[in-house]
Amino acid sequence: MTDYLLLLVGTVLVNNFVLVKFLGLCPFMGVSSKTETAIGMSYATTFVMTLASLLSYLVKTYVLSPLGLDYLTTMTFILVIAVVVQFTEMVVHKTSANLYRSLGIFLPLITTNCAVLGVALLNMYEQHNFLESIIYGFSAALGFSLVLVMFSAMREKLANADVPNPFKGSAIAMITAGLMSLAFMGFTGLVKF
Amino acid sequence: MTIIIAILVIGIIGLIFGALLGYASVKFKVEGDPLAEQLDALLPQTQCGQCGYPGCKPYAEAVANGEAINKCAPGGDDTIKKIADLMGVEVQPLDGNHETDNSPKVAFIIEEDCIGCTKCIQACPVDAIIGATKQMHTVIIDECTGCDLCVAPCPVDCIEMRPISQTTRNWQWDLNSIPLVQLETTSQGKEV
Repeated sequence: MTDYLLLLVGTVLVNNFVLVKFLGLCPFMGVSSKTETAIGMSYATTFVMTLASLLSYLVKTYVLSPLGLDYLTTMTFILVIAVVVQFTEMVVHKTSANLYRSLGIFLPLITTNCAVLGVALLNMYEQHNFLESIIYGFSAALGFSLVLVMFSAMREKLANADVPNPFKGSAIAMITAGLMSLAFMGFTGLVKF
Repeated sequence: MTIIIAILVIGIIGLIFGALLGYASVKFKVEGDPLAEQLDALLPQTQCGQCGYPGCKPYAEAVANGEAINKCAPGGDDTIKKIADLMGVEVQPLDGNHETDNSPKVAFIIEEDCIGCTKCIQACPVDAIIGATKQMHTVIIDECTGCDLCVAPCPVDCIEMRPISQTTRNWQWDLNSIPLVQLETTSQGKEV
């Protein structure tokens, strides 16, 4: 139990996917201008990441490994992720038309969010078991959501701030992201593996 | 041999996922466009066509697909604000081409001139004109939305738009009524 908890805290804070591993930066910069959209994106990504890491574990362990097709993992994982994202898109379209519209192109682009493929591949390299894979996927998404929502809240404040002309727009967002990353690096050593 | 197995495995996995997605697309099918429905509810339903679309519903669908939100003249700034809220976009001033005098008007048929051609009856989107062939027509003032679509088809120009003055009879009390909630009565010893 403690191991799982440590894995969760470790992935959310210490090895945060966005700010420490630098995965999934595209939606991090792209969908973070409004907190509302960021929260929607967080839900969608959490769903996709958890389901994708679960499915890719099953496919890898019960289909690819027994047949000796380990070299096909990346391709198969992309297939799995694409399916999960398509499925999520349908569910979001059905349940919340507003969210569907505000996420726009970023919803299908979760497919190419490298954090999702990253979770699936890291699960494989670190030889996580079934439960660990799910927790790792979920906590990676949780870390992504936490950072995304925090960052979008900051950007909303920045929109009204008196930013010097050369730093306006993306520049100040990049600097903010860098400073956040710096802060998250400070968590290193919080959890001893 | 291994290559054939690999191709087979990927193919089968793809097939299974494809079937899953096919099932999901049937199960989660979206009936119509929910956004267009919501927009349609905001529009004034005058069916006047001043936006360039044949009615409020087609305009709602067009807005849902990215048409400009500021084309509804009868709705005015209020409607634009509501649409902007729903769409999550900036409020825009009413489009100049569609800006018209917004004071309430009704159609009036100058009955001496009417030849009973029924052309205005066919043009009226809300069936506010009554009359029959070669009979004098007239307008039901309460039904008329003042869209002036009947003015153009009239061959003898006997229809004019007359402003209606606000009286106590036609004043619209746009009060947001307080919804009544039926509370469950906790009957003591008495079956309801």
